Amino acid sequence: MHPAYSVILFTTFSGAGYGLLIMLALFSITGAVPPDRWFGFVSFGLAFLMISFGLIASTYHLGHPERAWRAFSQWKSSWLSREGVLAVATFVPGLLFAFGWIVMGNVQTGWRLMAGITLVLSLMTVFCTAMIYASLRPIRAWFNPHTVRVYLTISLWTGSLWFSLLTHLFDRHTPWIGVAFIIAGLLAFYCKRKYWMYIDRHPDWVTPETATGLGDLGKVRLLDAPNTQENYVQQEMGFKIARKHAEKLRRWAFMCFFLIPWLGAAFTVEADSWLKIPVAIISVIIMMGGVMIERWLFFAEAKHTTMLYYGAENS
Amino acid sequence: MTSIPRNSSGKQLGLVIDLDTCVGCHACAVNCKEWNTGGHSAPLPDHEPFGAGTFGVWFNRVHTFECGEGEDSRTVHFPRSCLHCEEPACVEVCPTGASYKREEDGIVLVNEDLCIGCKLCSWACPYGAREYDYDSGVMKKCTLCIDRIYNENLDEEDRVPACVSTCPASARHFGDLGDPDSDVSKLVAERGGYALMPELGYKPVNKYLPPRPRRSTDSPGPKALPPVKSSNGQEAGMFRWLDSLLSR
Repeated sequence: MHPAYSVILFTTFSGAGYGLLIMLALFSITGAVPPDRWFGFVSFGLAFLMISFGLIASTYHLGHPERAWRAFSQWKSSWLSREGVLAVATFVPGLLFAFGWIVMGNVQTGWRLMAGITLVLSLMTVFCTAMIYASLRPIRAWFNPHTVRVYLTISLWTGSLWFSLLTHLFDRHTPWIGVAFIIAGLLAFYCKRKYWMYIDRHPDWVTPETATGLGDLGKVRLLDAPNTQENYVQQEMGFKIARKHAEKLRRWAFMCFFLIPWLGAAFTVEADSWLKIPVAIISVIIMMGGVMIERWLFFAEAKHTTMLYYGAENS
Repeated sequence: MTSIPRNSSGKQLGLVIDLDTCVGCHACAVNCKEWNTGGHSAPLPDHEPFGAGTFGVWFNRVHTFECGEGEDSRTVHFPRSCLHCEEPACVEVCPTGASYKREEDGIVLVNEDLCIGCKLCSWACPYGAREYDYDSGVMKKCTLCIDRIYNENLDEEDRVPACVSTCPASARHFGDLGDPDSDVSKLVAERGGYALMPELGYKPVNKYLPPRPRRSTDSPGPKALPPVKSSNGQEAGMFRWLDSLLSR
């Protein structure tokens, strides 16, 4: 599948933004982080900024971005529509939660309920984002339970690392935050590894024989394509560059999205030195770059059944 | 509404494509383009139509496959267009309701005034039937020539999709596949017509008729021609004279 940069930015930044909201809700409900005004202002600001940036980026690949509002209408059948509805709906309790924290300095009673609703809606939004891909049967690399797990755990992982950085900056860090991101990071890595193992294990799902129904005649090979130049379907579904370098890119993705930031952030938990803030910042930057490589691979490694009609040997 | 109509009339208009008689002339693809670039989804733009990097929107494309090995192999021409599935995933994923399946005849269409051009429907289609029009920023697809099949300005026999009307080998048939007594349904039953990738569960309406088995495997085929007599450079008669003349 062709990796559109708008969609990579959307899933990476919105995922991190919702993850950060989830962490803010989680640590405010448990009372582990007190509602400090400036800390809240910057943290909520960043979360909403990343979410909005992602959502706006996602409209850039549209043919008619001015009609994007119509995408809220088909929530009964379409995961993309559900994602849009929930993404916007999360702003309501999210902004109330932020208001309680920043303006009222209160995260108890009703404000606490808002935190809870924000947490649930954020998780549901990321789930819907993943389901947009996980519901597409023609793409085996996406149509499996691992896709949703990867999106959810990476959202929690990226959100928790941003949260860790912010708590360092405002001197609000507690060891529990370290526990949160260490677990989230391990989960994200575990799910992504399972995902890669799954897509490597199932190389032949649909073949040209079943795509054409001509398997009774023997092995089916494309003799003549219908067109001499690539058409829309081939450009959109026939992306091949990454598969050639998949092994190398997976190693980079693993190092950048997980290993380096995980070790870096773990170092900052107990460190007293002046190093912890620069290390936390660098860890977050490397992680965001790594997640973008991971997302790029998520698209570029995925094969679509329609390419079987254009000479692909399996899908 | 992108939910699929459940209480439909049972009518499912579609095509039956005979892979035995298709000669791979691409006339169906060309006539489809010709009609539809002025039809319901007009225009079907072409970029660089006469240069390198030609890129255009087509609803119907003819692939040619080689099946089997060696002497048993055969060439099969394979026209591919929208199959107007009973369970069209392209319709379900549409976030705006632009993609829809008509309740009255099962045709899958795009309302171009609602389409936001997110391209998700083209990802959801396992058959590659939908092609994006970058000029108008909307998705386009086979309409089953909705502007021909109900068109009272045309003669009765012309009220079929453009691809069907033009096929010189009569390899394409149009009719109601939801009615088991229709001519097309009988044809499918008689010839063992099949759906593409049924395991994906989209229940395509269009069916393909498999190539017939070879009439006889022990027929010797055409006899080899006798070898041309070699003259070893010794021409006879006038040619010998010419040869010696030209060899001077």
